Amino acid sequence: MSVPALEISGLTKNFGAAKIIRGIDLTVARGERHAIIGPNGAGKSTLFNLITGRFAPSSGSIRLHGEEIGGLAPYEINRRGLSRSFQITNIFPRMTVFENLRCALLWAQGYRYSFWHMVGRQRALNEGAERIMEEINLAARRDVPAGLLSYAEQRALEIGVTIGGGADVIMLDEPTAGMSHSETDYIVDLIRKVTEGRSLVMVEHDMGVVFGLADRISVLVYGQIIATGRPEEVRGNPEVQRAYLGAVLEKEEAAG
Amino acid sequence: MTSLSNTDRSVAGRGALGAAGPWILAALLLGVLPMLFGSPSSVTIMNQMAITIVFALSYNMLLGQAGMLSFGHAVYMGLGGFFAMHVLNWIEEYELTLPLPFLPLIAGLFAMLMAALIGLFSTRRAGTVFAMISLGVGELVAACSVIIVAFFGGEEGVSGDRTVAPFLGMEFLHPEDVYYLIAFWLLLSALGMYLFSLTPLGRMANAVRDNPERAEFLGYSARWVRYGSFVASGFFAGVAGGLFAINYEILTEENLNLATSGMILLVTFLGGTGYFVGPVVGAVVFTLLQSVLSLQTEIWQLYVGILFVATVMFFPQGLAGLIAMHGPAMRAGRLGSLAGPYARVLIPGAIGAAGVAALFEMFHHLRTAAPGDEAMTLFWITFDTHSAAPWIAAAAAAAGGLFLAARGAPAMRAAWDEANRIAQGGAK
Repeated sequence: MSVPALEISGLTKNFGAAKIIRGIDLTVARGERHAIIGPNGAGKSTLFNLITGRFAPSSGSIRLHGEEIGGLAPYEINRRGLSRSFQITNIFPRMTVFENLRCALLWAQGYRYSFWHMVGRQRALNEGAERIMEEINLAARRDVPAGLLSYAEQRALEIGVTIGGGADVIMLDEPTAGMSHSETDYIVDLIRKVTEGRSLVMVEHDMGVVFGLADRISVLVYGQIIATGRPEEVRGNPEVQRAYLGAVLEKEEAAG
Repeated sequence: MTSLSNTDRSVAGRGALGAAGPWILAALLLGVLPMLFGSPSSVTIMNQMAITIVFALSYNMLLGQAGMLSFGHAVYMGLGGFFAMHVLNWIEEYELTLPLPFLPLIAGLFAMLMAALIGLFSTRRAGTVFAMISLGVGELVAACSVIIVAFFGGEEGVSGDRTVAPFLGMEFLHPEDVYYLIAFWLLLSALGMYLFSLTPLGRMANAVRDNPERAEFLGYSARWVRYGSFVASGFFAGVAGGLFAINYEILTEENLNLATSGMILLVTFLGGTGYFVGPVVGAVVFTLLQSVLSLQTEIWQLYVGILFVATVMFFPQGLAGLIAMHGPAMRAGRLGSLAGPYARVLIPGAIGAAGVAALFEMFHHLRTAAPGDEAMTLFWITFDTHSAAPWIAAAAAAAGGLFLAARGAPAMRAAWDEANRIAQGGAK
């Protein structure tokens, strides 16, 4: 079997005396779409922040394509092929849509800290940014400062910036948070399209999105993974029912 | 003007001539200016202006482009200038051949080296930490000027003679001879800084300014991006220092102290940090105020201070932003509709401002003039500051002018909104 895209073992994180992540083992295969679900405060965002380098783990190991990345800086992890989006939209508000996307491509295309290339003359760079802009349906908003976009457009741009660099492991933190139904459908289609052939790890609260998109699901409760498996396995797991899903599904049925 | 904004998109798609147009115009303008304003005092002012422009543009590489607020940018201009002064003296002492036009390059490289060393620790963080470190380094270097006398020359500074380094038979004896040298470097530096903003590092400087964390998740270390901007900015500040050394032939502690660092912050902000030409506008206006106003009044800095505070409060985009604000209305041909309402505010406003200024001046005269010297000349009128009439007249002008201006303001705002509504409606 090939090396997994992401392999986490024995991961813990304490903030002082508070144990937020209490020993996590998780494997995401290449090309797999993996969703992490769980109640509020279970540590989903902390887990994301540990994997992407925002926080350093207290103990345990995180391997990206077999290479240890625990404790590295975010930019070092990104250079090894992992890219993330944020729960709170995190773009470059004073720069245009096009500039946002072009900046997302710079390092991946090997420009590093160059001060001798003129970005306007780099054909592959500009075509790449234009192509992603087409993919996320923002071509009509090319020269609008990102801070002036609508919420759904900013979320789409956030995803565009995340996938722009061509990372093969994409991590999305609640990509549909705060969206209407039609906006959610649009974003889900977009995610399906742009993560084709890549590995995806996603935190999401919308169970429709999770069960529609994920190949496998992990349930995180109180800093530990209580179940991992295919959607139907997780749905039928009694422990998951008791800890989390039961309440959520009932609520959704009542609402639907 | 297509190249005004920092968020300007690529130059691709525009013709090469379109991109070069503003630069050719600027070169022509710099070429003919001495023919239009040929008097020695005008040339002196233009030289000073050009040096301040280079310095302010380099400052805006930090503040506007990379979002780094420095309180010690004079250090790099000063260090470059001092080094240039020493090089000039070495040329004389050891009879070296180094043409004067290359001196700013050497000054720039020296300042860049210093920025590369200091930046190693000062650019780790942005925001308050960077600002405080820049303040500390500024004070440190200024304090060194009386300690390391061999380099800074103590209180009298370091002076030299620029005529020891002729170039193509030119001796650079007069300010007019130096003008073209400075103008050449101004154009070259401005072009260099503009092109820098279009490189991957320059673009990422904007990204780090907007959102350093996101930049890190795109593979860039925010710290090294800031460092790159800092070192490049140090180079151009050093060029400005080299030009200063050539123009004034003396460098003192004043060139690297806090007051000069504060001045360049003021100049840059006055012009507008969000526009590439902002610092140019700021430097031109400030130098004019400094050289013209200081001849008229001893308290000119008070007026500059008021102008600065008013800019920060009412036009945070600076003077360049104020001009750019009128772009949409101008393109829609609606600028004419603004002239009337503007005049109804600005003319009484000017009278009111003159009245306030007259009160300041009379008060200043009252407190500082020698006893018995009671005559004062203001706005071509000579009067006695100890009599009541001029005070009443000035106060009336101030109150009346400002009252009328304030009364006209709502109409001006309405006209402005109307012009822009039509401009935006027309664009769709």
